[in-house]
Amino acid sequence: MEIKVNGEPRQIEQETSVLKFIQSLGLDSRKVAVEHNGEILEETEFSGKTIKEGDSLEIVRFVGGG
Amino acid sequence: MPANSDTILIFVNEEPRRVAPGCSIRQLRDRFKPAADILIDNGHPVTEDVAVGESDRVVLIKRGEVPSSDELEALMVARHGPGIHEKVKRARVGIAGCGGLGSAVAIALARLGVGVLRLVDYDIVEPSNLNRQQFFIDQIGRMKTDALAENLARINPYVKTESIQMRLNRANIAPTFADCDAVAECFDDPIAKRDMTVAMRHDLPHVPLVTVSGIAGIGPSDKIGIRKIFDNIWMVGDGETEAAPGQGLLAPRVAVAAGHQANVILRILLGEEF
Repeated sequence: MEIKVNGEPRQIEQETSVLKFIQSLGLDSRKVAVEHNGEILEETEFSGKTIKEGDSLEIVRFVGGG
Repeated sequence: MPANSDTILIFVNEEPRRVAPGCSIRQLRDRFKPAADILIDNGHPVTEDVAVGESDRVVLIKRGEVPSSDELEALMVARHGPGIHEKVKRARVGIAGCGGLGSAVAIALARLGVGVLRLVDYDIVEPSNLNRQQFFIDQIGRMKTDALAENLARINPYVKTESIQMRLNRANIAPTFADCDAVAECFDDPIAKRDMTVAMRHDLPHVPLVTVSGIAGIGPSDKIGIRKIFDNIWMVGDGETEAAPGQGLLAPRVAVAAGHQANVILRILLGEEF
């Protein structure tokens, strides 16, 4: 099924949690901010939110330094 | 016909004055401040004798002499060009973290004359900070918020500062910045950066935030970009170069990023972005 990640179409095999999807991208869930269908998620919500056909995700990664 | 058609109204060192039309800036100097050797017309130093026009703001300075407070503010303000001062003077901007980014963003905003800067940090100035942070050797050991407020007051005493000594987290970010017109995220720690974005997006969606990710190392300056990541949030940085052993934080790239942050905030305050 098709979803959108940062505006780009992307295929996933089946519904999955936001947490699993982030991990599949090799990202650290503590260092990303995620909007799921326009709604900002707390990190504690990642495991309970399911990504479905047609959903959109905005994933922003933070690296240290300031 | 104006009541005083034989004179024009101008301001000399912020004092309203009526002078003859066609009056030149050197005539004004001779009349109001003969010792002045720097002549400024509407924010621009002039070297040739020019005629002043209605509503001009003329500042006459003797080199090396510290101007009065009103003159000083007028001088700094005039240099910005029209329409900037009134807007930034009314603004309150939050600086979340007063290290390399925060100290530089605060200095740029103080030079702009932003009305109030709320400085938030929990840490003290350490020797290793001086490779990039806008502090001085004699400030080692001081609270960063206090040391920065002191430096800002030396640059522009007309900017108010509010120092808050606390460690920001997901829960206390919103109450700390709810009344700000814009906020700069200037942390070092990536998880704290993430918390800042989540808190501002979730709790304060009407307050713009400029966050930073990816400024370490010696990569090209122009890889440090600016993009809008969420409705009220801009991100400065190359997105990937993290501070790590062997990849330090160096003054030039930190300054580039802080300059980007300050300019995005200026544009927000002027209504150009948000």
